[in-house]
Amino acid sequence: MGSVAPKRLALTILSLVVLSLLLTGCGKEQPVLYVYNWGDYIDEDILEEFEKESGIKVVYDTYSTNEDMYVKIKSGGSSYDVIFPSEYMLTRMIKEDMILKIDLEKIPNHVHIDPKLMGAEYDPNNEYSLPYMWGTLGILYNTTMVDEPIDSWDALWDPKYSKEILMLDSQRDSIGAALLKLGYSINTRDPGELAEAAQLLKQQKPLVLAYVVDEGKDKMVSGEAALALTWSGEAMYAIGENSDLAYAIPKEGTNLWFDVMAIPKGAKNVEGALKFMNFLNKPEIALRNAEYTGYSTPNLAAWAMLPEEVRNDRGAYPTDEDIAGAEVFVSLGETLREYDRIWTEVKAY
Amino acid sequence: MVRFLKRSYIYLVFAFLYLPIAVLMVYSFNDARSRGVWGGFTLRWYVELFQDRTIMSSLYSTLLIGVSSAVIATIIGTMAAIGIHNTRGVQKKLIMNVTYLPVLNPEIVTAISLMILFVFTRVRLGYLTLLLSHITFNVPYVILSVLPKLRQLNKHLYEAALDLGCTPLQALWKVIIPEIMPGIITGLLLAFTLSIDDFVVSFFTTGSGVSTLSITVYSMARRGINPKINALSTIMFTFVLALLIIVNVRQAREERKGRNGKRGPKKVSPYDPKFGSA
Amino acid sequence: MKRSPLIPYLIWMVLFTVVPMVLVLYYAFTVPTESGVTWSLQNFARFFEPIYLRVLGRSIRLAVISTALCLILGYPAAMVMAGNAFKRKHVIMLLFVVPMWMNFLLRTYAWLTILERNGFINALLSFFDLPRLNILYTNSAVVLGMVYNFLPFMVLPIYSVLSKIDKGVVEAAGDLGANPFQVFMRVILPLSLPGVVSGITMVFMPAMTTFVISRLLGGGQFTLIGNLIEQQFLVVGDWGFGSAISVVMIVVILLSMAIMSFFEGEEKDVALW
Repeated sequence: MGSVAPKRLALTILSLVVLSLLLTGCGKEQPVLYVYNWGDYIDEDILEEFEKESGIKVVYDTYSTNEDMYVKIKSGGSSYDVIFPSEYMLTRMIKEDMILKIDLEKIPNHVHIDPKLMGAEYDPNNEYSLPYMWGTLGILYNTTMVDEPIDSWDALWDPKYSKEILMLDSQRDSIGAALLKLGYSINTRDPGELAEAAQLLKQQKPLVLAYVVDEGKDKMVSGEAALALTWSGEAMYAIGENSDLAYAIPKEGTNLWFDVMAIPKGAKNVEGALKFMNFLNKPEIALRNAEYTGYSTPNLAAWAMLPEEVRNDRGAYPTDEDIAGAEVFVSLGETLREYDRIWTEVKAY
Repeated sequence: MVRFLKRSYIYLVFAFLYLPIAVLMVYSFNDARSRGVWGGFTLRWYVELFQDRTIMSSLYSTLLIGVSSAVIATIIGTMAAIGIHNTRGVQKKLIMNVTYLPVLNPEIVTAISLMILFVFTRVRLGYLTLLLSHITFNVPYVILSVLPKLRQLNKHLYEAALDLGCTPLQALWKVIIPEIMPGIITGLLLAFTLSIDDFVVSFFTTGSGVSTLSITVYSMARRGINPKINALSTIMFTFVLALLIIVNVRQAREERKGRNGKRGPKKVSPYDPKFGSA
Repeated sequence: MKRSPLIPYLIWMVLFTVVPMVLVLYYAFTVPTESGVTWSLQNFARFFEPIYLRVLGRSIRLAVISTALCLILGYPAAMVMAGNAFKRKHVIMLLFVVPMWMNFLLRTYAWLTILERNGFINALLSFFDLPRLNILYTNSAVVLGMVYNFLPFMVLPIYSVLSKIDKGVVEAAGDLGANPFQVFMRVILPLSLPGVVSGITMVFMPAMTTFVISRLLGGGQFTLIGNLIEQQFLVVGDWGFGSAISVVMIVVILLSMAIMSFFEGEEKDVALW
């Protein structure tokens, strides 16, 4: 190890770094649109097409959870023009005055969106957002390991499937499943109902193989467990990889979730953001995103163009009857701490 | 025999360290998106990898930040270690305890507090803040790598060098630094490793348009990590391995040449351990 | 040389370590109220409930076990590396860190593939007609993940210290009649202690706060202190409680290190006051 070479190397690297730091500071004149989305949640070719059509340069960044995104936006350190929060996060951000109202007239393509998915509780008049993808909470199961029809949350508490059950390591979803099984609202603030749900989850713990997050779908694909509490989008991905899997929306009710498009306050290119949202709602673009991600699009015109077996898949596109009693998560405010305590107790139990 | 046993032990440890790497490399050839099934052999992830502008640009940022933060942290950390080594008493303990803080603080706490700091001081989030944060969590590891070497150092070595006519700077550069070099290299390696592996701190201290590989990978988690990342890892790994082999073969050849040909008398280094302990 | 090399670091430390720490303390000791923010010990009071203390206890236990295993596995490895079994020591050293250059999440997912019921190890076991192992989603899996990820941080500092121990001293001890075990206990080990201390520090501290390993390999069933803090900052948005937990944890660790160095007597590079 000579002593001169490393020194020279270090100097070269240092000057390169300084240079690149300086260069990145220079901006170009072209209008820029900052988009913040979940990772791998869009067909990236679409971004280039949008750039070509609009002349706006897209800077595209990704996040892994709603909470990560929220903290980033809240800090005010970086400004984005379009974000894709889930509905419960949107509610929280609206409450904290972090979201701009949108002018639907500037998004003519919003007419393609299924009217039954518009105006949901979290944004009754679609003043703030348009749905990007949507789905349900249900049970993904392996038909080779489960020989009865699955239609109830009770299956996740069935001792027959001891150590064959995957729950979600996500407070609201797992506690939500317990609440639904009990016949309560997934947005309950009633301490008694929550205590019952907590009890139920503690009872269930010996049966649970693991509380998983993102790795759960791969585990279901490889046949590691028989049943899993899952969101429909993930379930569709898993079924695509392993045709033995099936997805059921339990009869007691489900949670209806949305990932929406919205414009955060502090956005610098609102016009561009509206153009982008309109572009994503073009039927053929929405179709491509639905096909790329495998998630359910709220865009009716795009839905109509999907292959028949996807269109009629009740897991991905449930009938009105399937989601009759479905609830949307509502922001809980202070009660969230109670959920957190329950969840810590269940897991540390 | 003993030598064989010793080598076997290291190979066993390597087997442990490289088993998961082998697994993730195998899956880069898997013709299915999921880790859960084997769908046959394919090279398509490699083809797709080079068309993916997000992955390629985040690879660039990762290496840029990794190398530069490691180098800067090593310089600051080595100087700091020398300084700490020569400090005594309460002052030393205070500095050491503060040094532990970035190692001790949960990543999320470091990340959010640094983010607040940058936003508060109106530094634009981006490469610069990313670099500053990485240096911050790297420096303690460098200090912790270099300090043991300093403690091992013969106390009179520095004085001897001065007596023999070195200026303090020369003594530092020609006597102390070479002596603690293994510690410095250790620190540099650990710093680079930590930097390219970090997700939490990077995520919160970066700005729009700048993404590291870790951020890209973690954000894919919900939709399933794309096997393109496995392909990239396989390439990176093969590249590093190839580099190691080439450098080695070259060194071996030079040594052989040196042994056979004339290379002059072996230099006796003044900081040979035997010299130092005299 | 007396003080100059410290100055850049001191400035750095104050800016990027002390200032953020003050922020954490601020959040820990305040609670938001309708009329603004008030000083309060409420966040700390909440932590001293049995359920949270149990989480702290479990985290310490797992971190101690992992650190001990790293030391037991790593010390011999460092010794072999420092000895003459290998010619190219730099290469061996580099080979210890290269696996860590692959993305952490991918490596951990790979462990899932290896440890699963239908995973690599069980496939191997059933091939030889051996009973299956269920390691995944146990404490052992979490410890395994920690040892895997932190081992290089134990090996490298020990190696760098061992590599320059004066061979003459070792030989002299042998000449004076010490058997190899005595040589190790009386000469090599004491001389390598600074490296061991660094290694322990670099393994134990991150092991205390990791949350991804326990979530993925422990199946979310073993809440560790890192999970708890992450949860407070991100999901619940209760930064005060999250900060309070980290303050408690930091104090616990620094105190235990102070006690450790007190028992070691001599002035070490570790210590609280």
